[in-house]
Amino acid sequence: MNDMRILERDVETNAIKIAAKGVQVFYGDTHAIKDVDVDIQDKTVTAFIGPSGCGKSTFLRCINRMNDTIDVARVQGDIRIDGEDIYDRKVDPVQLRAKVGMVFQKPNPFPKSIYDNVAYGPRIHGLARNKSELDDIVERALRNAAIWNEVKDRLNAPGTGLSGGQQQRLCIARAVATEPEVLLMDEPCSALDPIATAQVEELIDELRQNYSVVIVTHSMQQAARVSQKTAFFHLGSLVEYGETGQIFTNPEDPRTESYITGRIG
Amino acid sequence: MALGLTGYVVFAVLLLTVGVFFMARGKARSSVGGDVRVLHSLPSYYGYNAAMFTAVPALGVMLIWMLAQPMMIENAVFKLIPDRIIEEGSSRGLVMSDVRRVAEGLDVAVAQGALTSDEAASIRSDSTDIRSLLGEVGVALGSTVDSEVLFAAQEYRNQSAGGLFWMSVIVMGLAIVGGSISISVTRAEFRARNVVERGALVLLILAASLAILTTVGIVLSMLFESINFFRLHSWTDFFFGSSWAPNFRGDSDLSILPLLWGTLYISLIALLVAVPIGLFAAIYLSEYASPKVRAAAKPLLEILAGIPTIVYGLFALLTVGPALVRIFGRGDDGLLGVEWMSGATAVLTAGLVMGIMLIPFVSSLSDDIINAVPQSLRDGSFGLGATHSETIRQVVLPAALPGIVGAVLLAASRAIGETMIVVLGAGAIAKFSLNPLEAMTTITTRIVSQLTGDTDFASPETLVAFALGLTLFVLTLGLNVLALYIVRKYREQYE
Amino acid sequence: MTDATTPSAPGITPVSGKGSLLVQDARTRKRNAAEARFKAYGIAAITVGMLMLLILVFNILTRGVGAFQQTFVTLEVQLLEEKLDKKGNRNIEDLKKVSTFGYAPLLRGAFETEIARMGIETDLKPKAMAGLLSAGAPAQLRNLVLSDPDVIGTVQQFEFLASSRVDGYLKGRVSRDSIANDKNISAEQLDLVDHLVTAGAIKKRFNLDFITGADSSDARPEAAGMGVSMLGSFFMMLVVLVLALPIGVAASIYLEEFAPKNWLTDIIEVNISNLAAVPSIVFGILGLAVFINYMHLPTSAPLVGGLVLTLMTLPTIIISTRASLKAVPPSIRDAALGVGASKMQSVFHHVLPLAAPGILTGTIIGLAQALGETAPLLLIGMVGFIASNPPDSIASGLLDPNSAMPAQIYEWAKRADPAFYERAWGGIIILLLFLITMNTIAVILRRRFERRW
Repeated sequence: MNDMRILERDVETNAIKIAAKGVQVFYGDTHAIKDVDVDIQDKTVTAFIGPSGCGKSTFLRCINRMNDTIDVARVQGDIRIDGEDIYDRKVDPVQLRAKVGMVFQKPNPFPKSIYDNVAYGPRIHGLARNKSELDDIVERALRNAAIWNEVKDRLNAPGTGLSGGQQQRLCIARAVATEPEVLLMDEPCSALDPIATAQVEELIDELRQNYSVVIVTHSMQQAARVSQKTAFFHLGSLVEYGETGQIFTNPEDPRTESYITGRIG
Repeated sequence: MALGLTGYVVFAVLLLTVGVFFMARGKARSSVGGDVRVLHSLPSYYGYNAAMFTAVPALGVMLIWMLAQPMMIENAVFKLIPDRIIEEGSSRGLVMSDVRRVAEGLDVAVAQGALTSDEAASIRSDSTDIRSLLGEVGVALGSTVDSEVLFAAQEYRNQSAGGLFWMSVIVMGLAIVGGSISISVTRAEFRARNVVERGALVLLILAASLAILTTVGIVLSMLFESINFFRLHSWTDFFFGSSWAPNFRGDSDLSILPLLWGTLYISLIALLVAVPIGLFAAIYLSEYASPKVRAAAKPLLEILAGIPTIVYGLFALLTVGPALVRIFGRGDDGLLGVEWMSGATAVLTAGLVMGIMLIPFVSSLSDDIINAVPQSLRDGSFGLGATHSETIRQVVLPAALPGIVGAVLLAASRAIGETMIVVLGAGAIAKFSLNPLEAMTTITTRIVSQLTGDTDFASPETLVAFALGLTLFVLTLGLNVLALYIVRKYREQYE
Repeated sequence: MTDATTPSAPGITPVSGKGSLLVQDARTRKRNAAEARFKAYGIAAITVGMLMLLILVFNILTRGVGAFQQTFVTLEVQLLEEKLDKKGNRNIEDLKKVSTFGYAPLLRGAFETEIARMGIETDLKPKAMAGLLSAGAPAQLRNLVLSDPDVIGTVQQFEFLASSRVDGYLKGRVSRDSIANDKNISAEQLDLVDHLVTAGAIKKRFNLDFITGADSSDARPEAAGMGVSMLGSFFMMLVVLVLALPIGVAASIYLEEFAPKNWLTDIIEVNISNLAAVPSIVFGILGLAVFINYMHLPTSAPLVGGLVLTLMTLPTIIISTRASLKAVPPSIRDAALGVGASKMQSVFHHVLPLAAPGILTGTIIGLAQALGETAPLLLIGMVGFIASNPPDSIASGLLDPNSAMPAQIYEWAKRADPAFYERAWGGIIILLLFLITMNTIAVILRRRFERRW
């Protein structure tokens, strides 16, 4: 609890990075997200929790417009990053996603070498002028993802040959290599064993210094461990949003309490 | 006549089988006084059991006999041919084929009533002109018939007829014995169902083994005739010679290399057409197209694969060929005013049309393979801000590469073995040339031309077709095995 | 790393080092252009494929439809007794002694009277006039006379096939320029044709004989039809159906339901997938070597063709049958075994009936494939002769030399007279109609009976 109080102080100083207002998402005829308003702060870890199918992942995918890749999905409402409407017609999702990186539930390294996995983003966005710059970017990203020491001797080995936890950290390295400002993580530890989970959680905490991190998790313990802010979703609506400590110790909404005490979900 | 007797025997066996079925079923019923609950198996199983023991051994022996008899008789007759009538440059096999031809001629003569069967068995070549006699009934012989050959031919017919007679006797006997034994064992406690099911399993296994038998048949039939070919013609010329010039007076150049060149050249052009178009079509259908477009475009493209190759052949000969001549030929009357192409048949004609045929082949295989690439890889790439085409080119295609290579290899094997398009569209001139506007010939075309029309299975010019066929088989088999292996490995990777 | 972001007040202008999202940078524009290009390649590829299909279909239709129409000449012919029955006793044996040559003068006479009656002026000799008719016209007269001797001495109206040149002239294939070196027809004859068309004696109409008739010799393309070869194909398909379906189903049942996992089963499986990809001509070589040279089955017989196509179709049928057996859920098998059925009974009583629609669909598709196959038929001698007589029994249908639809088309494509090309395209239309019908049935079966477990 002591820790958490310190974190709370941090939170107060941070600016708002993502501002969502009246967000609705439809999958065909299904109303998946109902009128969600949320402000996500910079340099903060924000956790989205809730029972499965509550819409937390769907909302996360609105923030970097990954829902665009699904034909039947329709997004309404207003999401702003640094005050810019990301659903504005002038916004190119490609540029947006360079700014808002994403890490997925299952580690999904490309069937390429470790180096090429990390260099993929910088290459397509043209972030490096030459080979040595690219080498630097790759090394920095791998160091940031706390996996450099494990892979520095085999950068040309295939990324798919790593263990699950290493793969997920490689994917995080891949995401931070494009120098995003926001990092979205969709249940990044659900496919990992406890030791790997601990490593990734530690990493998430470090990442907070440079990024605004939004993490979807089905594990309340994880949310409590890594986040400063928590949002609870239920049946497509945002039920409660606030300081993590408060949500877990003194929720305002009875639904939140039921979930946290294990009665729903 | 030969088939007539066999037909009657088969008919009789089948009739007996049906009869035995009802008898055994009736006996089973009556043995328990109509109370079928006492029986070990349902009554019809006793019927099936009896029917099985009547028909299967009899028909099985018949099949084996019919397959083995020609070989046995040939061996016996083979010995009747004295060495002295085997001429210089000829072989025992050549004389043997004469014997067969005379024997067939005698059969035809008897069937048409030009000879009675007694006469056919007893005539001698010194008293009758066999060649003109058989010529009258439509069997042309290359030379006059030696008395030894005629004698061997008569022996051949004699033994065939005898063999057929004994076969009928044994087959009928087996059917009767099998039927009566199985009826006699029909009792309440007899485990008819178990026996029938075991028999059925054996039949199922036999059916499954037919696939192996077919392959063995393919290999053996081509291997034997190829060996005969290499006895008559040097293998160095076949594999390493430089020209193809069959000459029915003998002394032919029969090298596979010019044919192989034509085959590979045409296949290359076909793949150059089919692979880019098919691959891009597959990419568009699997990555970009809306479900509606996909549902309409995919079956339409696949129609191209369902069109028989003879249609493509005609299309090449009568439409694409003349169109190309209008562009590249005819001198000043042509579209380009050049005189590069003289006839409709050319490497380009056949290659283009074959390419069209292969488009759906490449596209549907690649489509499957691209769809097998997990969505998570695409998400990963999109999440990093890659455009769709960057994702496809740098993530999806490299991941699908082994599968696509497999698909292209399968398409190549198709192209190499394709026959009708090249028979009608490629031409008949065997040569090494780089000019795609010239007519060239392929392995399959030559197989067709060497084996149709009047063929003489003792001449290297005919037998070479089997060596060509064997080479083609080995070539395509190699490609198929490799491609199927690659595709299977690829599928396992993402399962 | 940290230089990328600096804290900013909420809702105020962006401070990102990367610039505004609302402005596309140059690199993104370039990448989007590449994206559009790439997508365009895909659309182009699809378009090319569709275009090819369109060209092919258009080409088949425009060139083939003509074959279903034929030019006929209507003539009144006086069947003179002094030419046909000199003895006047209508004895059929005596009538048979008058060959088709004896009938030719009647046609010439008929033309002369007809043209005089219509008042057409021409310098042509009667023989040249009769040249407008098919070479089979005298035989047509003779057949009528032999079947009904009483018509001798009367005047009968006949509809004769016009010669292929006249037919080609009416269809636009033959023109006055193209016949400059043609010995079979002259410009004067074409003038006469023009007159006769105006007078209504020469007409183009639907020709059922093309669909039901037999092939004809090189000299009479106008009389050639697909009917007999269609029967040849029919008997081959009969053999394929009778053999390939039970054997294929039996093999699939064994491999899918009973086979233990061992090296032998592996070999059989690899074998089947390879056989499916062996070039069809290799099956032709097998048929020639085994069925004809070794077993001495008759050459050119649909039975042999059917056997070869059976071996070729088996892998297709086995692969599709196994897929539909696999689609039947194991719970069905368990249920049957649970009530005490033997393994064999569970398969034959429960699994097989449930898989039947899928098996049928696969079989029809396999048959359609076999129906269009040509190459193996060339090697077992189903081309190169005139399939003239329709078989009169099942045995003769299986054993007598015959052609098959695709082989007949090939045969016509190889002949020198371009009039045969039209028939080849027409034959393709018939063949494709069969294939479309079969595939449609397969699709309907699949739609109607498809079960999702």
